[in-house]
Amino acid sequence: MTAAAGLLVGGIALALFWAPEDVDQGFSQKIFYIHVPVALTAYAFFGFGAWKAFRLLATRDSHYDLESYTAVHMGVIFGLLTLVTGSIWAKTSWGQWWSWGERQLVLFLIVFLFYSAYFMLRFSTDPGPRRERNSAVFALFGVALIPVSFLAVRIAGTILHPTVFTHDDGVAMPWQMFLAFCICLGGVLALAATFYRVELAGKRIDLSLKELREQLA
Amino acid sequence: MIRARDLEKRFGDKRVLLGLDLDVPEGEFLLVTGANGAGKTTLLRLLAGLTAPSAGELEVAADRGQIGFLAHEPLVYLELTALENLDLYGRLYRVPERRERSGMLLERFGLWEARNERAGTYSRGMLQRLALCRTFLHDPALLLLDEPFAALDDQGAALLRDELAGGRTVVVAAHDPARLATLATARLALA
Amino acid sequence: MSAYAVDVATLARKDVLLELRSRDTLPAMLLFVVSALVVFHFALPADASDRAEIGLFWIALVFTALLGLGRAFAAEREQGLLDGLVLAPVDRSAIWAAKVISVVVFLALAEAVALPAYALFFQPVGWELLAAVALADLGIASIGALLAAMAAASRSRELLLPVLFLPLAIPAVIGGVGASVAENPASFLGFLALYDAVFAILAWASFEYVVTE
Repeated sequence: MTAAAGLLVGGIALALFWAPEDVDQGFSQKIFYIHVPVALTAYAFFGFGAWKAFRLLATRDSHYDLESYTAVHMGVIFGLLTLVTGSIWAKTSWGQWWSWGERQLVLFLIVFLFYSAYFMLRFSTDPGPRRERNSAVFALFGVALIPVSFLAVRIAGTILHPTVFTHDDGVAMPWQMFLAFCICLGGVLALAATFYRVELAGKRIDLSLKELREQLA
Repeated sequence: MIRARDLEKRFGDKRVLLGLDLDVPEGEFLLVTGANGAGKTTLLRLLAGLTAPSAGELEVAADRGQIGFLAHEPLVYLELTALENLDLYGRLYRVPERRERSGMLLERFGLWEARNERAGTYSRGMLQRLALCRTFLHDPALLLLDEPFAALDDQGAALLRDELAGGRTVVVAAHDPARLATLATARLALA
Repeated sequence: MSAYAVDVATLARKDVLLELRSRDTLPAMLLFVVSALVVFHFALPADASDRAEIGLFWIALVFTALLGLGRAFAAEREQGLLDGLVLAPVDRSAIWAAKVISVVVFLALAEAVALPAYALFFQPVGWELLAAVALADLGIASIGALLAAMAAASRSRELLLPVLFLPLAIPAVIGGVGASVAENPASFLGFLALYDAVFAILAWASFEYVVTE
């Protein structure tokens, strides 16, 4: 955990002080170093959760249920962070807390809503094989939704919500920015992996406790 | 035909079946007794394949088309007539000459006159008889019956007993075993 | 005809027959969609654009679909009848396919009333809207049939179905509205076809897991 935190702090320091300021946006662009890694991590969690869900359906092994659930849980938390940092970025860049023209953010909102619904599904179904399987199928629908929504938001841009503002960073990034970005990405991913392991262990312990209590009763 | 080892079924925190071993050879008539909540219905649902065990092994040497399951609910569509219900299940189970067979069963269980009325108009006893028709429709090799005598009058009960004396493998759950004591070749008491 | 197709036909006929007999879903859907359109008229300020009106049609469609989907597995849910179907020696995905057919039939019937009503209250209906509606119906029915089965297993099913459904419906709305207003509807219609294909295949393949244990 310390290594991950250290990596992240180092990355942030690099980003704030060493990497050059973006030509167009100035200092406010720096939030990109947190926002994008967090977004990528959220997507990674959703993909990982879907993989575990697939394994659950293929093998009927209940262990995958907790792993899939934890991954989606982490994904939603990081998702919330993404939306918050994205909103801050929007506010500092363009003066509004939200912009429907910001494609990545809109896509993310759709995916975030979907996986929040995942929680509703879990909470309102009694524990057991039904809940495991329904959650797994829903998680798989989520990853199908991601590319479909990406396309949807893209073509929507041509007619419904014109993409007024664009973030230009991917294309012409000086190597210092790129390096700082990569380190931040690594740090966030490492931190995320640690959170995941801790959360999963916690859930497993809860489950074992319940089973023990059951057996004693 | 049925083999279970260390069968266990949990619903969340509640453990309904634990450490159950079972051997049911072909042709056996197994009577499962126990108070309400002892797990009789759960056991039948496990045998039917409607639910999966939480732990342990379960082998049932009959595929879906060979199992006849009588549940707590009659499993008939109340908006359809008796004939339509049996026609539906007859098609799904690929029953040969389903019209004749449906007619024969309806007559045997005394529902012929009501065959074109919606099941929603039936009394509880009639619904149970229709459910029995549905269960026997495809001439299953394995019968799983959950409280089959519920809501049946004496006449219905007699019809059922006749139908059961056929040599099929039967597992019946009943909290009041008196009516079936003579037919049973084995018993299982759940606590 | 293959056994699978026969099963789907049997089940679809059963579903349609049930809905016709129960006599409550269809009239409710028809009345709902027309009432919704009237409400929308009053909800729009006087100088609202044609395009805003198109958007409202799609909202009415999505919510009418939700109403219909909420009833999709009603009989099976209330009387435990899904067990009866799952026990039968049929492919479980055939149950899904039959449901999709019956949902599409009902959506089509609702639209047969909604589209003329829309043309009357708002603006004429073009072929693009019809094509988009047809495609969207397929996607909505495919996803909805699966989610309705999922929600049937939960405690708060009336609330859960809309919550699960709406995020998945967003691409359909984008595609539908886009096709109705764009210069070049083909790309939006193509997108709708893709959406249908992806989610229909996914729903078809995963239905088995939702109704069995």
